[in-house]
Amino acid sequence: MEITKTSTKPKVQEHDHHDDHHDQSFITKYIFSEDHKMIAKQFLITGIFWAIVGGAMSSLFRIQLGFPDMDLTALSPIIGNWLTPQGKIDPEVYLALITMHGTIMVFFVLTAGLSGTFSNFLIPLQIGARDMASGFMNMLSYWFFFLSSIVMFVSIFVEGGPASGGWTIYPPLSALPQAVSGSGMGMTLWLVSMALFIVSALLGSLNYITTVINLRTEGMTFFRMPLTIWAFLVTAILGVLSFPVLLSAALLLIMDRSFGTSFYLSDIYIAGEALSNQGGSAILFQHLFWFLGHPEVYIVILPSLGITSEIIATCSRKPIFGYRAMVYSIFGIGVLSFVVWAHHMFISGMNPFLGSVFTILTLIIAVPSAVKAFNYIATLWRGNIVFTPAMLFSIGLVSFFISGGLTGLFLGNSVVDINLHDTYFVVAHFHIVMGSASFFGLFAGVYHWFPKMFGRMMNRTLGYFHFWVTFIGAYLVFFPLHYIGIAGFPRRYYSFTNFETGRIESFIDLNTFVSFAAIITFIAQFVFLFNFFYSMYRGRKAPKNPWNSNTIEWTTPREPGHGNWPGAIPKVERWPYDYSKPGSDKDYIPQHIPLSKTPESNMPEDSSR
Amino acid sequence: MKENSVPKILRMNPKIFLIWIFMISISMIFVSLISAYIVKKGEPGGFNVDLPSMFYYSTIVVILSSIFKQLSYFSTKKDDFKTQKLYLLGSFITGALFLLFQYYGWVQLVEGGVFFVGHPDGSFIYILSGVHAFHLISGLIFILYIYNSAIKLNVHSKNLLSIEMSTTYWHFLAGMWVYLFITLYFYNI
Repeated sequence: MEITKTSTKPKVQEHDHHDDHHDQSFITKYIFSEDHKMIAKQFLITGIFWAIVGGAMSSLFRIQLGFPDMDLTALSPIIGNWLTPQGKIDPEVYLALITMHGTIMVFFVLTAGLSGTFSNFLIPLQIGARDMASGFMNMLSYWFFFLSSIVMFVSIFVEGGPASGGWTIYPPLSALPQAVSGSGMGMTLWLVSMALFIVSALLGSLNYITTVINLRTEGMTFFRMPLTIWAFLVTAILGVLSFPVLLSAALLLIMDRSFGTSFYLSDIYIAGEALSNQGGSAILFQHLFWFLGHPEVYIVILPSLGITSEIIATCSRKPIFGYRAMVYSIFGIGVLSFVVWAHHMFISGMNPFLGSVFTILTLIIAVPSAVKAFNYIATLWRGNIVFTPAMLFSIGLVSFFISGGLTGLFLGNSVVDINLHDTYFVVAHFHIVMGSASFFGLFAGVYHWFPKMFGRMMNRTLGYFHFWVTFIGAYLVFFPLHYIGIAGFPRRYYSFTNFETGRIESFIDLNTFVSFAAIITFIAQFVFLFNFFYSMYRGRKAPKNPWNSNTIEWTTPREPGHGNWPGAIPKVERWPYDYSKPGSDKDYIPQHIPLSKTPESNMPEDSSR
Repeated sequence: MKENSVPKILRMNPKIFLIWIFMISISMIFVSLISAYIVKKGEPGGFNVDLPSMFYYSTIVVILSSIFKQLSYFSTKKDDFKTQKLYLLGSFITGALFLLFQYYGWVQLVEGGVFFVGHPDGSFIYILSGVHAFHLISGLIFILYIYNSAIKLNVHSKNLLSIEMSTTYWHFLAGMWVYLFITLYFYNI
């Protein structure tokens, strides 16, 4: 079999010609670049753009939920005919907004923006490679994402509005143009955009896996890889296995929408008229969708967990607690993520026995997750903590991961889920554990690796301000949603004030409070944006290793050129977490320092690491 | 372990590795469609389809094509350029023939009253064979590309990478059809 064939040629030397300086034109350097660092920056900037769009949308629908009687005519120059004559947001536009907010945040920001940025940027730098396995495919990956972004962006402005069936696009709502105006052209563009997105994600993931497995520098054994790389590797594996399933789901949906097949449709009556579709099953779509959808939430959170592991160890000046346990937890989470998808479908009429199977499998995920949480806390414990903004965001992630993870225990339980399904409790749960936590990982990564990306430091004070407003703000936004959910508010509803039960109205002030907090938190992100772009040009020049970190990306020049290292790639001689090693006079020993140079601090077990 | 010994890193050619992950990824499309199909067949109200006879012939043709491809690879290893190109052409022609047979298989299905639009039990057969055919076209383009380099004498025993990749991919596609065919066969008797 070909797979077992290994080449005996050392690949590292083969790439040495890269460090020759050759001038690149503007187009090959900044636009159609094959350099992984530039592609990472392209992903980051596009992700930031989408985050602003998605955040602005959430502010809009939070206005509707928090201030249902507000006259928004003043906003009409921006949002135009999305308003009713009374100056309120049109109900169908509201549905479109929540759909787009979900799609944008999950796929375009937290998948492409997060994985795309940090997998691309860190994998070659941290494993000691000149570039990705295939720079061309990497470039294609970004441009497919760009194309997909354009299509999605255009869909916001088409007649009838963008897709409005929720980000999960369940049929028959999404399959029948008669259902809601967004299920026409908007939905078609959504599907086209997502197909392009899947191609982009697959091209990226194929590259990440191949690079990690094949292009590691000499001495970089698997168990000497930083946890970031482990997380990116498992994320990419999840992507390769789950995105094709979404493609199948989308393919069948396209056939149903455009060619009149009945994969998802059966027994549907519209205005008393029966449709001709027979024999399909809407539940089939849910199964296919969530077979992607559940791994997808780990595709979103795992890179953040990896980034955080690295930052917490570095800024606690301590080795990560339980390195191997962390690796196995990442793998455990990865494997389990494929066998729990039906916990999104407990009330779809599934067999209660099947429900309890999925409940048990879901609750088992608590084990690796808790291992990770405990390991973070144990790493922090009695550490010599340096509170950089990146560190604060990492600690924030741990906080969100725990408080959001706990509510997962309730939702993962098929019995309790009957009550909580599709309420704001679910919204609160995943916005904390997957939304906020992943965002905090993204921010932490940007603050931590900004010096390597742009050769300059970000402003600390603005970073602290950004952290505290965002951290407190995110809790103020999402924590009250638990209570609103327990009270029975269904998610995705346009208005709650028309029921006149008396009970629902009593929550309007809480909703107002949430909206207020959400909009302030959103505005605070512009502080980050200012800091980001200002520091890119005017920031203090970064030292070579600003955080005294062990991983080998800090052995590159301040602004690494094409090929990353001007000379030979450093050999890796130890694991990446030799912080505060007893006997050593410095509190960190980088990965490329051989054991022979540090006889004073060597331990008997070092030779096996 | 001695102090300055550096552990060896597992390495295989990254491009070969890429094609393997790519095939795993494609398999997931078929696995998801096949499992959807199997679940659908388990539900009441469906029907069995008489598989078109063309599908039997196309199965034989695609296996033949796979064999040609392998022979071409062996010839390349021995630097026998004449048979290399001959077998390559053989695998291309049988591959194209396979697509033609699949098309006539669809024609037979329509003649038998199984339409693409209608009950999913019928539509799935079109989807499965259609998605497979789509991938097979990409394999054919790959063979054309190899053939073109073979004419320029760029495919030889010192440069096996591209033909190795395309042969692996071609076997995968042939094997995938055989798997789809057997599955369809057993779920329709």
